[in-house]
Amino acid sequence: MSLLFYISSIVAILATIMVITRHQPIHALLYLVVSFMAISMIFLSLGAPFSAVLEVIVYAGAIIVLFIFVVMMLNLDKETALQEKKWLQPKVWIGPSILALVLLIEMILLLLEPPSEKMLVTVVTPRQVALSLYGEYIIAVELGGFLLMTGIVGAAHIGKHTKRNLHRFLQNNH
Amino acid sequence: MSSIHAHTVLIVASILFVLGLVGVLTRKNVIFILLSIEIMLNAAGLAFIAAGAKWQQPDGQVMFLFILSMAAAEVSVGLALVLQIHHQHKTLDVEQLKELKD
Repeated sequence: MSLLFYISSIVAILATIMVITRHQPIHALLYLVVSFMAISMIFLSLGAPFSAVLEVIVYAGAIIVLFIFVVMMLNLDKETALQEKKWLQPKVWIGPSILALVLLIEMILLLLEPPSEKMLVTVVTPRQVALSLYGEYIIAVELGGFLLMTGIVGAAHIGKHTKRNLHRFLQNNH
Repeated sequence: MSSIHAHTVLIVASILFVLGLVGVLTRKNVIFILLSIEIMLNAAGLAFIAAGAKWQQPDGQVMFLFILSMAAAEVSVGLALVLQIHHQHKTLDVEQLKELKD
């Protein structure tokens, strides 16, 4: 079980590195699917099967498909990849990467500070999650419903291509 | 059952988070910035799951569910904005989108 965790975390980190360094958006999306699958495997090895299933269904199945639809609609081609290549010079990425690396080292040092303790992996079943979700977190579930509804309405409103419809009296003046 | 150190999971989560942060800081394409934000949200969810697994409570998975629904709402609005930006400006470069500047 722990070997599974180590292998899948290495796969997740490598796939994520590939995501942020690709030039073609579609290649980055495919590597992101690999990364999500690996993270879902990590969830499974941590004893969270419900979250693992949701990770595959919602992230790799719905969000990535949305991204792929948008990339297809925008018709990003070779030109975009060349432009990305031009933007991704070492002098652009080396500064932020070093700063982020320093932050990462600080975080790892902080995490390693207290004495190490092993955690006992026991499976938290979907039944327990559902009882907690619809018991003590019911208000948050309703707020999540509001959030999704607002997201749908906002996306439908923003994504609409507005055609200029003038009144027939005003059309003559233009 | 075997055991995993809680440190290791949190270190993996922080590495993924920092990779997403580097993506947000270095890329200029809006689509890549949205992808990197997804990576960061996923890393935060991994930290929640690790905390839930350490104390064997379902609360970590509940928080992951909320992060999931928030990410879905955010990505739908963000991609609608990307479509509208491409329609109006014919570019996805964030440095050319500066109409709000003055």
